[in-house]
Amino acid sequence: MKLTLKVWRQAGPDQPGRIEEYATEANGHMSFLEMLDEVNERLIAKGAEPIAFDHDCREGICGSCSLMINGQAHGPRAATTTCQLHMREFRDGDTIVVEPWRARAFPVLRDLVVDRSAFDRIIAAGGYITAPTGSAPDGNAIPVAKDEAEIAMDSAACIGCGACVAACPNASAMLFTGAKVTHLAHLPQGQAERARRVQAMVDQMDAEGFGGCTNFGECEAACPKKISLANIAQLNRELIGATLREASGAPRTSGVM
Amino acid sequence: MEFIAKSPDGPIETRWSRHQMGLKLVSPANKRKFDIIVVGSGLAGASAAASLAELGYNVSCFCFQDSPRRAHSIAAQGGINAAKNYQNDGDSVWRLFYDTVKGGDFRSRESNVYRLSEVSVNIIDQCVAQGVPFAREYGGVLANRSFGGAQVSRTFYARGQTGQQLLIGAYQALERMIGLGRVRMHTRHEMLELVVVDGRARGIVTRDLITGAMESHAAHAVVLATGGYGNAFYLSTNAKGCNVTAAFRAWKKGAGFANPCFTQIHPTCIPQSGDYQSKLTLMSESLRNDGRCWVPLAHGDQRVPGEIPDAERDYYLERKYPSFGNLAPRDIASRAAKEVCDDGRGVGPGGRGVYLDFRSAIARLGENVIRERYGNLFEMYERITGENPYLVPMRIYPAVHYTMGGLWVDYNLMSTLPGLHVLGEANFSDHGANRLGASALMQGLADGYFVIPYTIGDYLARGGLTPLDTTHDAFRAAETAAHERVRQLLSINGTRSVDSFHRELGHLLWEKCGMERDRAGLEEALIRIPELRREFWRDVRVLGSGENLNQSLEKAGRVADFMEFAELMCRDALLREESCGGHFRSEYQTADGEALRNDEAFAHAAVWEYVGEDRPPVRHTEQLTFEFVELATRSYK
Amino acid sequence: MNRLVAVWQTTIGKKVVMALTGLIGLLFLISHVISNLLVFTEPHHLDEWGAFLRSLGPALWLARFGLLAAVLLHVVAAVQLTRRSQAARPADYTRHERQVATYAARTMRWGGLLLLVFIIFHILHLTWGQFHPDFHEGEVGRNLITGLAVKPVAIFYALAMVALGLHFAHGVWSVFQTLGLNHPAWNRSRMVISITLAVLIAGGFLAIPLAALFGVLR
Ligand SMILES: Cc1cc2nc3c(=O)[nH]c(=O)nc-3n(C[C@H](O)[C@H](O)[C@H](O)COP(=O)(O)OP(=O)(O)OC[C@H]3O[C@@H](n4cnc5c(N)ncnc54)[C@H](O)[C@@H]3O)c2cc1C
Ligand code: HEM
Ligand code: HEM
Ligand code: SF4
Ligand code: F3S
Ligand code: FES
Repeated sequence: MKLTLKVWRQAGPDQPGRIEEYATEANGHMSFLEMLDEVNERLIAKGAEPIAFDHDCREGICGSCSLMINGQAHGPRAATTTCQLHMREFRDGDTIVVEPWRARAFPVLRDLVVDRSAFDRIIAAGGYITAPTGSAPDGNAIPVAKDEAEIAMDSAACIGCGACVAACPNASAMLFTGAKVTHLAHLPQGQAERARRVQAMVDQMDAEGFGGCTNFGECEAACPKKISLANIAQLNRELIGATLREASGAPRTSGVM
Repeated sequence: MEFIAKSPDGPIETRWSRHQMGLKLVSPANKRKFDIIVVGSGLAGASAAASLAELGYNVSCFCFQDSPRRAHSIAAQGGINAAKNYQNDGDSVWRLFYDTVKGGDFRSRESNVYRLSEVSVNIIDQCVAQGVPFAREYGGVLANRSFGGAQVSRTFYARGQTGQQLLIGAYQALERMIGLGRVRMHTRHEMLELVVVDGRARGIVTRDLITGAMESHAAHAVVLATGGYGNAFYLSTNAKGCNVTAAFRAWKKGAGFANPCFTQIHPTCIPQSGDYQSKLTLMSESLRNDGRCWVPLAHGDQRVPGEIPDAERDYYLERKYPSFGNLAPRDIASRAAKEVCDDGRGVGPGGRGVYLDFRSAIARLGENVIRERYGNLFEMYERITGENPYLVPMRIYPAVHYTMGGLWVDYNLMSTLPGLHVLGEANFSDHGANRLGASALMQGLADGYFVIPYTIGDYLARGGLTPLDTTHDAFRAAETAAHERVRQLLSINGTRSVDSFHRELGHLLWEKCGMERDRAGLEEALIRIPELRREFWRDVRVLGSGENLNQSLEKAGRVADFMEFAELMCRDALLREESCGGHFRSEYQTADGEALRNDEAFAHAAVWEYVGEDRPPVRHTEQLTFEFVELATRSYK
Repeated sequence: MNRLVAVWQTTIGKKVVMALTGLIGLLFLISHVISNLLVFTEPHHLDEWGAFLRSLGPALWLARFGLLAAVLLHVVAAVQLTRRSQAARPADYTRHERQVATYAARTMRWGGLLLLVFIIFHILHLTWGQFHPDFHEGEVGRNLITGLAVKPVAIFYALAMVALGLHFAHGVWSVFQTLGLNHPAWNRSRMVISITLAVLIAGGFLAIPLAALFGVLR
């Protein structure tokens, strides 16, 4: 199939950028990134610098790949990362607009590569269970109901790709943050730090300059790992619970609901 | 080159505890005076960096991705082994030890393997405490499955995302220490040189992948946890960034490299669909629990799979290995697939594929059960191939997956270069010539959580480390060398892209040093690789500058190292005149085509020493003794 | 207490305030729509209702201040969050395809602004009478009918009520989400409740200016 690509090119963090147009060909079995690889090979042959884009595992799990494809984060196929998107989703003659994630908290580093370290800082603020190596009791000492474990796993499946932020009209990081808070809140091991965790993570999330959530639901639709809006509701609930508990003078270290 | 394994002797059950008693300790107040560099943030690196920081050391951690959470460990699907015997099916530390030594085809160090089995139980505890959402039974206890040719259920898993969940656990522990200011994390930094002062590893030189800045980092000890080198083959199941650069640079600075030819080919990957293919995708081995491998009995059978009746199918694994059947270990299953394809009975484009069929399992258990067990894998398959595996059998083919070889380490995980410790897939230690499923995650975490925190203290406490900072000449020299390489790569401005060279190298390795090797092929490869390397340095085209984010330049540096390293692999394969595990030399096989080990001559690890640019590397050996598991021929019939 | 202030500083805290103040508004409007619909019975019923309210004295003032505070907080939070969202994406996409965001969700800000304008106008119109052609203190029913007899005013009322419906269609669902009131068993009903409430309330209000426009209300 013949395609026209319109790709955002930007030489560096503080440089101006613009959309460039490239004509290319692809077949349906190629992945989207393999299609870009081919474009790059041709650019190199012509002596032009290839398009920079983040990728690593190319199997939908590391969360490196990104790309706004025709206005959709990770492209048109639901629950699919860009690296797993295949060209059979497109038609001969299509024009494909490719842009980087756009958010103040995700500055563009080059072309389609952005800096997502804000996510790491949100985790560093509280997205963990304090369990220094060696201090753990037997794995079966604390039973975890299968249903709870499943909910925790649903949320833990987040790959930190940032599509939720990219797709959100407010550039909000609520889905990402909510997924981690939900994951840990559903496990008995996560209870001790439950209140402190959500407060610290929300503070950091705000400090990074993400927008607030107005419940658009775009994040859920874009998420390649089907992280649901229930995670945002839970994040809200956790923060309210933690606040009320603290305001009532109860120790902050105990669980919320 | 001097190297002593420091492997304890005496009863195997108490070796690790007795060894620990002999290790020197660093007092709590002194720990913060020691700087430790950890390169890598995969399971091995993240667990080590977090644990060392918790102990009080000053840790700096490096990875080339934009976040430590993206290390390649994230991609592991199947699970992690531990000798918990929660299933009451007769598992024990001893049995895991036994299986691992045997599975590794008797090319690993017994002491290490026993320790690995021993601490495996602590790993599960640690991960559960961190909030890893392992699969559970209804009663709330941990679930297990059997995996990768084991006859007990000892594999713990989190859906098909075990590696992800374990890594996220370690990553969160690491981020906690970063947040507390006890680990300095350097993302998008690639290590390009190891710095050696007075014969000890004392630092590294990295390139900041965003600004291109070369930076020196000094420390009292260096830990490499930089993963495997499967990407030497270009097409593999590894992430695109996986590389040998850090390990290879360390090799050139004096660390011995052990068994580089031991590479693992995984039997269940999605076959290549065209020349543009950039990587191969693994389909979890767990699929073989319910899927049956077959090819048509007749040559050139062009019918669609559904039209081929059972009587005209060859369920070759069940036929050849009646007791293990479709669960035969990886090396064996891979070679069997290659054999039927070489026989002209392969399916799909190019005849390089076999069917993995769920028809009988769906008939027996119902589609829902299969969906529950493998739903996400089936989806992934459908996404990539556009075919629905509930209706049409999957097509699979073996692909490079894991590298057992790596930098040689002693029982303390220290390389032949004092101060340089190597963890995870980057070292050679515990899997011998073949790794069993679900044991790489186990090893990475064992190394990082439960071995290095003890053993590195011994090295540091023994003293003799002079104060030092990055103004030392050794750093200047290493920086200059790194700069020079970058400059050279940028100045060639030839005609061929980095990828085209990498593809060619990979193809050559796959043909000559892949699933099956022979003398003639390896000798040919040893002539062609240097030619290709020369062409690379004459004709590669790397555009742009070294002062900003330049992905071609990053790739070029990695491929340049693969070009040299490939030669070491072939050399090692050539000189190991036997077949064992993943190393199958067609000259050395039994009458019915099984691997023929030569324990007389090759019950050792080959340790390669770099002796200079224009001289062939020197092969040393570490003799392996088997006191507890009797040397026997592996049989899965 | 400190944390209550601190929570206002967070994006989530502001949303919670919006949800709570929105709920107060919602409760007021439920009673308001019911009382207003009395106009379809006998206009003087409305006067009685108004008289009853005024008879409450201080309690009425308390409620008025409560309502005023709620609107102010709601608007302040809305403005702050809007500015924050705009700052969160300084450079926008050349192409951004919304997948699921409803029209209602996308018009919360402009619709809200319209409502604010409406509220100010409305009070000066029917409570204080400044914008009313023929205002008679205490004759609530009559004021309403004569006030809406002015066509442009009635049209403005009607438009504002459409905006109100949209605001609630998304807003009520949004309240559940913001207050963390979700449960897999009734997550679907949240949308149903939201739309039903929006239709009932906005529809009830809308009937009045429409009736005026089509000459039913005289
Ligand atoms: C698809 C797939 C599935 C697998 N499934 C399983 C399984 O089910 N069970 C199992 O036990 N094993 C499995 N394995 C194997 C296992 O995942 C790996 O062996 C293991 O995770 C390696 O961990 P590691 O920490 O050693 O290295 P990695 O996770 O590869 O981490 C390497 C780290 O080093 C950094 N690094 C590398 N080079 C440099 C450099 N030059 N400079 C700076 N940083 C550098 C990287 O950034 C990264 O952080 C699987 C492997 C693959 C490919
Ligand atoms: C068609 C729609 C509406 C009609 C016909 C209407 C009618 C009236 C009338 C007649 C009064 C005077 C009551 C009195 O003085 O006793 C009034 C007061 C008021 N209305 Fe409405 N109203 C409508 C919609 C709204 C809406 C949508 C809001 C808010 C968003 C609103 C807010 C108020 C307020 C705040 C007062 C003043 C109450 C007080 O302080 O006494 N109204 N309305
Ligand atoms: C009296 C009239 C009003 C009522 C009853 C009302 C009610 C609500 C409710 C219930 C919500 C949902 C809160 C949540 O998300 O949890 C909401 C949201 C919102 N309102 Fe209002 N509102 C009113 C007036 C206004 C005004 C005057 C403005 C603007 C100036 C405004 C702007 C917004 C905005 C921007 C939102 C956010 C959208 C969202 O959160 O989904 N509203 N409103
Ligand atoms: S919540 Fe979904 S979209 Fe957001 S970072 Fe996680 S996986 Fe990506
Ligand atoms: S799209 Fe944005 S507004 Fe909220 S529901 Fe998702 S974060
Ligand atoms: S490249 Fe890893 S998720 Fe796409």
